[in-house]
Amino acid sequence: MSTIRERIDSAMLHPELRAEGDPDAIIRDGRRLDHAEGTSKPLRPAPEPQPRGAKVRGNRPIDQQEAAARFIAATEHEKMHDERLWDLRQKRDREMHGIPEWEELRSLASAIKEHTLTHLDGYLDQFEANARSNGIHVHWARDAAEHNQIVHGILSDHGATSLIKSKSMLTEECGFRPYMASVGIEVIETDLGERIQQLDNEDPSHVVVPAVHKLRTDVAEVFSRTIGTDPGNSDVHYLAEAQREATRPLILNADAGMTGANFVVAETGTFVVCTNEGNADLSANVPKLHIASIGIEKIIPRLEHLAVFVRLLSRSALGSPMTQYTSHFRGPRAGGEMHVVLVDNGRSERLGLEEFWTSLKCIRCGACMNTCPVYRRSGGLSYGATYSGPIGLIIDPTFNARKYSNLPFASSLNGSCTNVCPVKINIHEQIYAWRRVLVKQHEVPFVKKAAMKAAGVLLSRPAAYRAAIAAADTALAHLPRFVIYNGLNAWGKHREVPHPPKQTFHSWYHANRGAKR
Amino acid sequence: MRIGLFIPCYIDAFFPKVGIATLELLERFGHDVDYPRDQTCCGQPMANSGFNAECADTEALFVRNFSGFDYVVSPSGSCVHHVRDNFDAIEQTDEVKEVRARTFELVEFLHDILKVDAFPWARFPHRVGLHNSCGTLRGLKHALPSELHEPFFSKPIDLLSKVDGIEFVRPARPDECCGFGGTFSVFEEVVSTKMGYDKVSDHAQAGAEYIVSADSSCLMHQRGCAERIGVPMKFIHIAQILNGASA
Amino acid sequence: MSSRDDILASIRANLPRVDRPLPHVPLFDDDPPASLLSAFKESLHRMGGVFLDPPTSADILAPVRAKIADAKIVCSTVPEIAGSRDIAVVDAPRDLADVDFAIVRASFAVAETGSVLLSDADLRVNGVAYLAQHLIVLLDPADIVVNLHHAYRRPEFRDRHYASFHTGPSATADIEGVLIHGAQGVRSLSVLPVARAAGTPTH
Repeated sequence: MSTIRERIDSAMLHPELRAEGDPDAIIRDGRRLDHAEGTSKPLRPAPEPQPRGAKVRGNRPIDQQEAAARFIAATEHEKMHDERLWDLRQKRDREMHGIPEWEELRSLASAIKEHTLTHLDGYLDQFEANARSNGIHVHWARDAAEHNQIVHGILSDHGATSLIKSKSMLTEECGFRPYMASVGIEVIETDLGERIQQLDNEDPSHVVVPAVHKLRTDVAEVFSRTIGTDPGNSDVHYLAEAQREATRPLILNADAGMTGANFVVAETGTFVVCTNEGNADLSANVPKLHIASIGIEKIIPRLEHLAVFVRLLSRSALGSPMTQYTSHFRGPRAGGEMHVVLVDNGRSERLGLEEFWTSLKCIRCGACMNTCPVYRRSGGLSYGATYSGPIGLIIDPTFNARKYSNLPFASSLNGSCTNVCPVKINIHEQIYAWRRVLVKQHEVPFVKKAAMKAAGVLLSRPAAYRAAIAAADTALAHLPRFVIYNGLNAWGKHREVPHPPKQTFHSWYHANRGAKR
Repeated sequence: MRIGLFIPCYIDAFFPKVGIATLELLERFGHDVDYPRDQTCCGQPMANSGFNAECADTEALFVRNFSGFDYVVSPSGSCVHHVRDNFDAIEQTDEVKEVRARTFELVEFLHDILKVDAFPWARFPHRVGLHNSCGTLRGLKHALPSELHEPFFSKPIDLLSKVDGIEFVRPARPDECCGFGGTFSVFEEVVSTKMGYDKVSDHAQAGAEYIVSADSSCLMHQRGCAERIGVPMKFIHIAQILNGASA
Repeated sequence: MSSRDDILASIRANLPRVDRPLPHVPLFDDDPPASLLSAFKESLHRMGGVFLDPPTSADILAPVRAKIADAKIVCSTVPEIAGSRDIAVVDAPRDLADVDFAIVRASFAVAETGSVLLSDADLRVNGVAYLAQHLIVLLDPADIVVNLHHAYRRPEFRDRHYASFHTGPSATADIEGVLIHGAQGVRSLSVLPVARAAGTPTH
């Protein structure tokens, strides 16, 4: 450990300083001479502070732009985040090119999910019957509050006061950790990214890599505060090992374990959990009590369908053929107890939305986030919601139309998300459809509405329109004004305004071809 | 065939050369091209922001202007994508459906309808980076997007490779959105401009002298970004190159 | 009405009235690799696993013995080799927290992904495969299937309570994409091809 303090954090020092182990460093009597190096000061006295997420003020609409602007201003964070996730997108592409039947798999996955969702009640019935006959206790929760109460009940019945868990977006959705804290049950996240976020009292920013927005220096700062690591050491292997050693005793001594589930198989009463760390298997197999929180939309009919999804999931998410652990739970182990909590929390209602029900096909792979150029530059925390990125834009308004009314506008509608989605959700088309819904429900700023109305009037009256852009100067003044609502400033803040030409096309045509007609 | 020329609002106001090049190009192939005087806009700025009711009158005007043509051709992929694939603020009469189905973007019109196989007057001895706007790429299917595992094709490359002297360079992220996104460019301006900076820098690093696109809206945004951050880059619409512009 | 009834009623009221038939899923095995073992080895290697080449000597378990030579606690669940911790007397999983090497036999493996399937019947105490620092897996090459479509036809998924695909060691890249092995689970996973002893059940 003592050598760690001597190690140079290469991220902080001037690139011309020699890195540790550099053969050109000068060594005398086994000690590295640093008298010449000592005069070189670190380029940056301190690591770039981590930009925090969207400011959440009750039910007020989240200002995603404001948070995105702060993320972009944190240039190191933005660059790392954008490059890291673009790399995952490229790895996904590489996997795709290795599977000739890739597009067929996507079509199959989409069809299996749509069939299942249109027969959801029957398959849930079938799952429950099979799970029960294998010894699993099955509970049903209408909403987040009921989920939390049910889990609390199970834990109380067993006198459990500590719970280890693996990653579950559903539990995030349910506000599970704050609830458990309020009833005095200690919850320990075991997924490295989730644990970092938990220790930092911050939400996960991405469904698969929860701390992807953090630099290693951010993690070093969090761990030094919470698990006693060296604040000057941001070596990733060191940090990961420290977390492993700190969490292991908590795992061994926990009263209960909780997981989510990626897939549920009706035919066999099985639920499937995919991780890369094996932390779900630790959470499920060390304590005697295993509770699984599962959204009702996770269900698929048969084992043969599972092959399609397992082949698509990790390739889409991380560009890896399979997660390191893909575990199938069909019943408790000898001496153990297994509970499943099936959660609705708005899903059955979403099923009834004609334009949006197919968002329930989502398998939480995060591919849409990785490819989204807005997400990569904004960071997942800028959306101020459990689900961020493209999928977030189309499901968050169902949780709270007012609070998330800005989100569907945080998109350039480029459509890349739709193309990478393994279950073929038409995400960008649903984003477009949500805009219409929110406008109809008056969930848009009055100023924007006024500007759009004015634009609609002007553009439908040829004479008025012509008058407005008759001269080149007024074209510049008028044209941008009716597509923006806060003046020319919005266009011109970070980019140059277009150069006004000598005459419009209309004028040119009139002058050069007008006589023809 | 009778062709109706649709020159959208921003091309009319800021890029008349693109309109002129489109008109001249179509005339080079011997076609009768009409420019209805009362045209304004396709309704996309309002529709893209969810204000569908507000674009009804504009859409109705569009149909009135362009009804009766064999083809309506426009040098704007995003507008054509709106007309063909959205454009539902007004009642879908037979007339409306006809106009919608007959509206084509210039590249697809040259490639699929006229099946042009040569541009003997065209010469563009420069290194170009091709920018396929998201509307033309994923909406109108100008080319294969990199997300899909299907045989490669590209209509703009097919056309441009018939231009003498042209040399393509390939940026690191060929089909990442440049950040224009219609009203996104002003409503989400910080992210939009960051995307624009990245896009022009990518093309510059690949060695492009020009960025060429079938969408002037993207070019307008990219030029604004390039000028702001001092990336030397020239921008040109595909119509201008195909019509014989040398620079 | 119970929550269950409420939820099912809500679902039934909201079911989309569209026809969506269940598709047929092919086996996608038209172009299998020439050698399943070679394909498995390559996939395993790609995912960070170690393939122990069978020895030329008469002792087919020599590579395993070499690996565990300096280990303090070895827990074996296979008859082919004895360890220092007898899994049969392990009461609680946490009694396995000090195990250096666990030796298990896979039910089967998948060439496409380099995965081995470990079930509760193979592990006896499930936790052993996660609490040990290192995992060594014996695999009968006859138990390799070509891809996941074939894998899910195996009986283990219908009659075991726990069945887990292990694809290389525990890993994470949660911090700036730097790949770590041994994130929470085993630091290494090694596979030695060893045929099952005659007469031992396949599952």
